[in-house]
Amino acid sequence: MAVRRFFLLIASLALILAAVPAGVVVTPAFAVNPDEMLADPALEARARKLSEGLRCLVCQNESIDDSNADLARDLRLLVRQRIEAGDTDEEVIDYLVSRYGEFVLLRPRFDWANLALWATPLVVLLAGLVLAVVTVSGRRKRKAPAELSSAEEATIARITGERRL
Amino acid sequence: MIVEIGHFALVLSLSVALVQSVLPLIGARTGDQRLMETGTIAATGGFVLIAIAFASLMTSYVTSDFSVLNVFQNSNSQQPLLYKFTSTWGNHEGSMLLWVLILAFFGSLVALFGRDLPATLKANVLSVQAWILTAFLFFILLTSNPFERLDPAPMEGQDLNPILQDIGLAIHPPLLYLGYVGFSIAFSFAIAALIDGRIDAAWARWIRPWTLIAWIFLTLGIAMGSYWAYYELGWGGWWFWDPVENASFMPWLAGTALLHSALVMEKRAALKIWTILLAILTFSLSLLGTFLVRSGVLTSVHAFATDPTRGVFILCILCLFIGGALFLFALRAQSLEGGGLFAPISREGALVFNNLFLTTAAATVLVGTLYPLFLEVVAGKKISVGAPFFDLTFGPLMVPLLFAVPFGPLLGWKRGDLLGAAQRLYFAAGCALAALVCVLAFTGGTRVLTAFGFALAFWLLAGSLTDLFLKAAFIKAGWRTGLSRLLGLPRSAFGTTLAHFGLGVTLLGIVSVSSFQQEVITTMAPGKTIEIAGYTLSFDRIDQRAGPNFEAQAATFSVRSGGVEVARIESSKRFFPARQMTTTESGIWTTWFSQLYLSLGDPSEDKQSIVVRAWWKPLVTLIWVGALIMGIGGMVSLADRRLRVGAPTRSRQRAALAAGA
Repeated sequence: MAVRRFFLLIASLALILAAVPAGVVVTPAFAVNPDEMLADPALEARARKLSEGLRCLVCQNESIDDSNADLARDLRLLVRQRIEAGDTDEEVIDYLVSRYGEFVLLRPRFDWANLALWATPLVVLLAGLVLAVVTVSGRRKRKAPAELSSAEEATIARITGERRL
Repeated sequence: MIVEIGHFALVLSLSVALVQSVLPLIGARTGDQRLMETGTIAATGGFVLIAIAFASLMTSYVTSDFSVLNVFQNSNSQQPLLYKFTSTWGNHEGSMLLWVLILAFFGSLVALFGRDLPATLKANVLSVQAWILTAFLFFILLTSNPFERLDPAPMEGQDLNPILQDIGLAIHPPLLYLGYVGFSIAFSFAIAALIDGRIDAAWARWIRPWTLIAWIFLTLGIAMGSYWAYYELGWGGWWFWDPVENASFMPWLAGTALLHSALVMEKRAALKIWTILLAILTFSLSLLGTFLVRSGVLTSVHAFATDPTRGVFILCILCLFIGGALFLFALRAQSLEGGGLFAPISREGALVFNNLFLTTAAATVLVGTLYPLFLEVVAGKKISVGAPFFDLTFGPLMVPLLFAVPFGPLLGWKRGDLLGAAQRLYFAAGCALAALVCVLAFTGGTRVLTAFGFALAFWLLAGSLTDLFLKAAFIKAGWRTGLSRLLGLPRSAFGTTLAHFGLGVTLLGIVSVSSFQQEVITTMAPGKTIEIAGYTLSFDRIDQRAGPNFEAQAATFSVRSGGVEVARIESSKRFFPARQMTTTESGIWTTWFSQLYLSLGDPSEDKQSIVVRAWWKPLVTLIWVGALIMGIGGMVSLADRRLRVGAPTRSRQRAALAAGA
């Protein structure tokens, strides 16, 4: 029930925010709470690092580390449980993906489905570079003064010759 | 009554915009002076009409007239007066009205200050502006009418979203819209040039100041939004790579590229076709941003599908303008003159390099923002693209660009001397090296990436000043002559230096806060103290307070350094009964450029203690100070005499004529 009410709140808030000039984002966030933290600072640091890359599923592009949603809290606790159980970072992430799908990852995986996403910067940069080089050098060649033809040479010779006379 | 006048004025402005869409264009085709002149009158008249509509909506807000649906939904009689004003655009309908108001404002500026423009160019530009205006006026009147009445009128309004009840709402949206919408002028000029099939000198000189104005506003608007989110949302993040933010950042990236390519075109008549394309793309990204934010498509594809009227309407506007513009471009681009030649290593080449990286960055942000939507529609797969993606892709793209910034102004037009420029940057390189060594020593050699970040920032700071220093020839000519030469330099030179310097300042802030931020999250009861960044922070007390339309729990902290109290910080939580919402008001203490940032979390079960989050954010304000310097750089450049198109020459000619007569 509480979760549903929260969903409604988030949805209505998202609608309001969608109607608000760009730049303002998300709800006020209260993030990680002291009672959730692990006693071991090294493990806690790992949990924080992982949390930053995991999406709060009911929020708009917020990580579970930043969100005050109940669900984000559940996920934070889950991440810490797995870490305490001895999972590596990859195992924690795999576990969450198996439960919630790839939607939970703020950094999409390198795979074929996401090829277009990850390749964009490189492809655009290279394409732009090739285009720039071709146009600039092409224009330079085209506009470079061509060698004079023999007929033109003859004309010049005639004119200069006439003038000399 | 006032509301009806506003509604009437808005409908009237639509008919004026329709006239302006057609008559000046026909006039330009047929060479009819009178038809072309209608554009000027229609543009100013249209602006006045929309201003009347906007003022009438604002009046209903200020007087809390809840018989207007829009006012009822987004305002409350208990709100402080300032928020009654700003509520006008704190909602969908009102902000669209602000959008068209600013669009009409820019149109009237062209009408009034464009006296020196060739008549046909001016007529075409005004017609294209009117096309955009017509489309958006239709959108407002058909799908988002702010003047709808409610009968019977309720006693009390539903209040403005509490997060928006802040001075930020007064500044951020108008600035941002002035930026976004300002690029419409560059767009209209580009389309007008394509219609005419030629680009003349007047065109080239006009596009840069207009782009610059829009760019200044957008820069300041984004920075303001970032600072607002930073202090309002309560966890001290300053950039989220949220789609709504990306929507404003993409036009900024493209607009920055446009600013630089317009420079090449103005000075060297090269890159004409590219500048036209970039002008089209920049405004297209503004339109895309409007679509993303307004249609609700970002919240989810499904929310969009359940109420698609608005979304589909803007999507149609988007396709019409972007598609039409690109079609026209494809049709006419070939016939445009190519222009000046240059070697790869030259000022032009450096600006091409700048454009290459900025457009790639814009494309990266664009794809990152739209890819989840695309994948969901095409493959039914839901993924998220968040900050880690952008850090990995956008970050590396910026490094070569920022490294190249100091070289640009030192290279000559047409053919530059890269080695010579590098030699003149020895001082900047020294600064960067010193920063690198200092950070490495300070962190015990553990933070190599951070050290390079600082080095890059100092390279930018010192490198941007090098250009001015050399132009003034302090070393060769001595300090006195150097100083007078410095003062004699054109303002645009100062503008460039300031803008690049500001970029360095922002970078310094970003690098510093992301590497050396400190955080303490703990439960505190009054009387307890914590240590953060060498300061002792003690929680003095917590008390209840009543605001105009909220109740607050305010916690007071004192900050001590070496036993001496240096500051008091107050942080609070506000509860707004009208919307049943709570907001956090962070407590911030600024010392030099760094900040101590406090926000309150939830109270414990026994209400005796409360969760406190404290951050030490070293040099964090430099992020926005840098943006401010960039904006000032833009203004200084705008004040350059050479940019004030034709005006001085004309008055001089007139004076000469008068003297002759």
